[in-house]
Amino acid sequence: MALQDKDRIFTNLYGLQHWGLQAAQKRGNWDGTAGLIAKGREWIIEEVKQSGLRGRGGAGFPTGLKWSFMPKPDPEGRPSYLVVNCDESEPGTCKDRDIIRHDPHTLIEGCLLAAVAMNARAGYIYVRGEYYNEHLILQAAIDEAYAVGLLGNNAAGSGYAFDLYVHRGAGAYICGEETALIESLEGKKGMPRLKPPFPAAVGLYGRPTTVNNVETIAVVPEILRRGASWFAGFGRPKNSGTKIFCIQGHVNKPCNVEEEMSIPLRELIERHAGGVRGGWDNLLCVIPGGSSTPLLPKHICDDVLMDFDALREHKTGLGTAGVIVMDKSTDLIRAISRLSKFYKHESCGQCTPCREGMGWVSRVMDRMVEGRAEIDEIDVLEDVTKRIEGHTICALADGGVWPVQGLIRHFRPMMEERIAAYKARHAAPAMPMAAE
Amino acid sequence: MSDVKLIKVTVDGKEVEVPLGATALQAAELAGAEIPRFCYHERLSVAGNCRMCLVEVEKAPKPVASCAFPVMDGMKIITDSPGVRNARRGVMEFLLINHPLDCPICDQGGECDLQDQAVAYGGDQSRYREHKRSVTDKYMGPLIKPIMTRCIQCTRCVRFATEVAGVPELGAVGRGEALEITTYVEKALSTELSGNLIDICPVGALTSRPYAFMARPWELAKVDSVDVLDATGTNIRVDSRGPDVLRILPRVHEDVNEEWMADRGRFSFDALKKRRLDRPWLRQDGKLRPASWPEAFQAIATKLKGLPGDRIGAVAGGLADAESMVALKDLMAALGSTNLDCREDGAALDASERAFYLFNTSIAGIEQADALLVIGSNPRVEAPVLNARIRKRVINSHMPVGVIGVDANLTYPTKHLGVGPDALRGVMDGAFGEVLRNAKRPMILLGRGALARPDGAAVLAAAWALAQSLNAVTAEWNGFNLLHTQGGQVAALDLGFLPGRGGKDLGAMLGGGVDALWLLGADQLDPSLIAPETFVIYQGHHGDRAAGRADVILPGATYLEKDGTYVSTEGRVQRGRRAVFPPGEAREDWRILRAASELLGHALPYDDLAAIRTRLVAVNPSFARVDETPAPAALTAAPSGDAGKLGTAPFTLAITDYWQADVFARASDVMAECARAHAPTPAMAAE
Amino acid sequence: MTEAAVDHLDPNWRNSRAEPETFEFDAESEAQIAKILARYPEAKKASAVIPLLYIVQKQMGRQTGSAWVPRVGMDRVAERLDMAPIRVFEVATFYFMFNTKPIGKFHLQVCGTTPCMLRGSDDVLRACKDAGHLKGYGDTSNDGLFTLSEVECLGACVNAPILQVDDDYYEDLDYDRTVQLIEALKRGERPAPGSTIGRQTSAPEGGPLTLLDVPTLEGRGGN
Repeated sequence: MALQDKDRIFTNLYGLQHWGLQAAQKRGNWDGTAGLIAKGREWIIEEVKQSGLRGRGGAGFPTGLKWSFMPKPDPEGRPSYLVVNCDESEPGTCKDRDIIRHDPHTLIEGCLLAAVAMNARAGYIYVRGEYYNEHLILQAAIDEAYAVGLLGNNAAGSGYAFDLYVHRGAGAYICGEETALIESLEGKKGMPRLKPPFPAAVGLYGRPTTVNNVETIAVVPEILRRGASWFAGFGRPKNSGTKIFCIQGHVNKPCNVEEEMSIPLRELIERHAGGVRGGWDNLLCVIPGGSSTPLLPKHICDDVLMDFDALREHKTGLGTAGVIVMDKSTDLIRAISRLSKFYKHESCGQCTPCREGMGWVSRVMDRMVEGRAEIDEIDVLEDVTKRIEGHTICALADGGVWPVQGLIRHFRPMMEERIAAYKARHAAPAMPMAAE
Repeated sequence: MSDVKLIKVTVDGKEVEVPLGATALQAAELAGAEIPRFCYHERLSVAGNCRMCLVEVEKAPKPVASCAFPVMDGMKIITDSPGVRNARRGVMEFLLINHPLDCPICDQGGECDLQDQAVAYGGDQSRYREHKRSVTDKYMGPLIKPIMTRCIQCTRCVRFATEVAGVPELGAVGRGEALEITTYVEKALSTELSGNLIDICPVGALTSRPYAFMARPWELAKVDSVDVLDATGTNIRVDSRGPDVLRILPRVHEDVNEEWMADRGRFSFDALKKRRLDRPWLRQDGKLRPASWPEAFQAIATKLKGLPGDRIGAVAGGLADAESMVALKDLMAALGSTNLDCREDGAALDASERAFYLFNTSIAGIEQADALLVIGSNPRVEAPVLNARIRKRVINSHMPVGVIGVDANLTYPTKHLGVGPDALRGVMDGAFGEVLRNAKRPMILLGRGALARPDGAAVLAAAWALAQSLNAVTAEWNGFNLLHTQGGQVAALDLGFLPGRGGKDLGAMLGGGVDALWLLGADQLDPSLIAPETFVIYQGHHGDRAAGRADVILPGATYLEKDGTYVSTEGRVQRGRRAVFPPGEAREDWRILRAASELLGHALPYDDLAAIRTRLVAVNPSFARVDETPAPAALTAAPSGDAGKLGTAPFTLAITDYWQADVFARASDVMAECARAHAPTPAMAAE
Repeated sequence: MTEAAVDHLDPNWRNSRAEPETFEFDAESEAQIAKILARYPEAKKASAVIPLLYIVQKQMGRQTGSAWVPRVGMDRVAERLDMAPIRVFEVATFYFMFNTKPIGKFHLQVCGTTPCMLRGSDDVLRACKDAGHLKGYGDTSNDGLFTLSEVECLGACVNAPILQVDDDYYEDLDYDRTVQLIEALKRGERPAPGSTIGRQTSAPEGGPLTLLDVPTLEGRGGN
């Protein structure tokens, strides 16, 4: 049973209607917001906990639990902050873009409700720099909300004061890491901070801060309006809710779609994206959750479910639900090598293993594309990725080496063949004497 | 501090007690486990980026950077396991893939953290087959030689410049593997502490330009001594090979210089080979000619013979050691002279109480102060390391600092209150007066520049009175501080190298008040002020301005060439030690005086260092308290000046050009280059 | 970091003829700065460093036809935000979207990351080179019209491949449509951004399969 339109939260995902407030309100946004706020912080957190909502930015941390880490209002009136992560830069991911340009009021209303839950009096939405036109729409939507009192001193007539700002990044994937994002927002290079302390204790401007993904925040108003059990009714336990999937690559009709969690991968692709180019049997592999998640060869794709736990069982993850489909025409080594280049390019340069290691991995992968390598270098490559993994401040390096590990895990023979082919092409002409 | 809570943690099975808030690295060190590190430096903020100090913590999902990981009660830390070793080997391998294999020509060789750790964690061959990175070198001034391809991006230098030196001019620009340390503009770092960058750089990326390709560390003889080129009392180690001093490094002294050192003290020693007085000289027919020691002494004896004591005088310079000064003082006394002075700048010092001329708060005490008023001083150039301590206090506690006098950039926020005595007179009426009044431990820092003026005595009296009125001179806290500029100045005051009963002061001596004038390293005074008919004996080490005026030159030793006692601005008695011998016929100064006394018929009663040091203690018992500073004490006495006689002229500074501030600097090519590099940029030449 | 940024680390940058002697914010920029500074606490105004660097870059584009951030512009930003110039320089070289040396009138930014690669970004690149007369990434055409850069994932992957021209995304490209786009730019036209095959944004080609009947407030099962 596919998700029905009546259960879709992002009812203007494709921008068929206007993004503006009037249309948004007709679609149900901002309905009874003050009443939800009146139920109080504890109620909001409890509903979100009960809904089973897990962060939509990739890590899948339970959202209600995260909010509960925020301290009570400061007796001296010092602020806490809500920061919304719209630095959507994980290759394969383009869902938040649709939310801020087509359904911005789901996010803005969500910000207000989340702010109440975490005692934040100000919020910043950090939008990746490349989303220039999108950020203009989001800003205009915020301006609309201020104009009618949905934001500001008495937000939505709730009595709660809340200010919301848009802050644009400038081209750095690492700023999607929450502490790098905070650094960037403070006017510094986006270099992740050491943890502890965690942002809920020491975040933006040294104050308690929670950083949430756009989609995470944007689904909150509907959860609160329709009830935790409605949301929890979709997907498997601990993997509940609806989710925007970005289906792309070698499918007939790439698209974004909001679907039920735990939908089988094959159904997702065939129902919404027109199926794999050349048919299901032409499938080579799928990267299920954005570039950081290791690929799945076809035989796993046949029946895997798209949720946190099912994908983890296969040593990969739901990540951001960016589904990158590759058919049998794909130069898979090149596809993965290009991801290595991405991570090398996006390493902030702070930690030694990532700064030095990503370049190493990328250069070896470049040679692997040609086959200009030795067979035993595959082992060296894998060992190097293991020496990078888990040894850095943030998870960029982990995400950077997992695709390579996935390639070696599932397609090592392909790499060996490539090397053998290269050797065959470049073999020195046989010396007659050697034949003896 | 008894209120620090101690907690128990286990390091490699060994239980240790550490203060709450300590890091895993500190706990491991307490337990005796050595943790390798590159980016971590205990005097800088924690970066946690090199990843060399990874350890395992029980229940942590992955290894943690011990330098940044706070311990909790009952935590179990494992510093040596297959996982930890593999992590460190990995970091080492990553550091080395792009590090050049140029150890044989690298000046860090033999004292390189990377080299040392590679022995423990490096592989025996490289698995890296790609091209290595090369990085464009940067220009950071005449003192630092950057070879940036060697850089391991630990960012210690960036943090030092920003945090300790207070000159945010270094940065890590770009990102990823293109991350580079650089300056913003192509010019020397505007700090007097740049040499410390060389010390904190764990590899050979920032090395000493003057020391380039000079030596390997194991070739060097190392002597512990003390820097006298400012009055901080920085503890140093002098590295020499044969007759040559090759470099000077700071030693750790937590109460004095922590582990920092100022650039003039570190880099001006090339002056040891420049313009040296390596033999006696005699003026004959208006010209100086080389002479022998007996000739020189004979000429002095001839001149002094028959001169009444009050026609003979002596001036001690700011770099003189206590031993030579007490010998000269004793000799003068034997000759019947009380014409002594050590105040080359004419500062109106009052030596009747030690507290009147010391930096009483002590350098370490700065970290307890809660307000500071600077009068007529620029501590940044007069005592850069001491200034770094003030900066530390300002940064850590937002200590307010007011300045009366020249409004210079001290590397921390200051409030400028006025330029002259008027501002001092009115300071308590203004907003900063309120700050001082509310302070529990206020500090007043008085520069010698504020005393070397006609109303100097009044300034001293007024500053003291201000301190008293703030209740800042008590048995718990003494907030009155005089900042001297050279390492010999306080010992001279401790020895009473000042006009005795009926004695003439500097001005009177220079102006024809004496017929024979003995200048002991008096390189800071203006010799043109000496009356033309005065017979001048110059004892010192450099052919600087005073030597040019001499009738007899007695070649002495620099502080690096003799054992000597010095007293820092905070009253700390410390010993300098000979690192190399003085050149040619030059000799240790107290021995020259001892020899001269014999020929003048007044043999001084000490024949060795121990004896003359006994004499020092006899003159002033404080010389027995080596490496101590005086405890604060309440004092009802006041300096003799009349605070009512304050003038109106703006305060000027004791040092205007840091890089040319003493006789060493003026002879040093390195300092000359620094002076050029730091000269204000001239307006763009008209095309 | 871009090659451009690496070049900019040339210690003799001051000798670069491209670096202007002066930069002052114009009235349009000043108006934007005032709005931006209002978003951050006064004591935290360094937060505005990225927005202000954008303003410099935009103003340079307005004034010179080349949208980049010269050193003197960084100096002005540093002064305005009470930051050390080196800190501004760090930011300007860390973030990929600041051009630290001059670029062409149009900035052709080809997404080369895997999702676009799978959908034909090689063709987009080839079209840019052919139509824009560009040798490769980092090149600026002789007429000064185009600078070609490779960028990392632009976050529009279901509309791959993407070419970003200045601030605008052109989506669902192939070789021919990319050539057409560049030719239009040469003619002084500015085609509407978005899908170049008439797709409804991120909906599947041929029209949405979901959200066919967008529920209204009344039609939803709220409780």
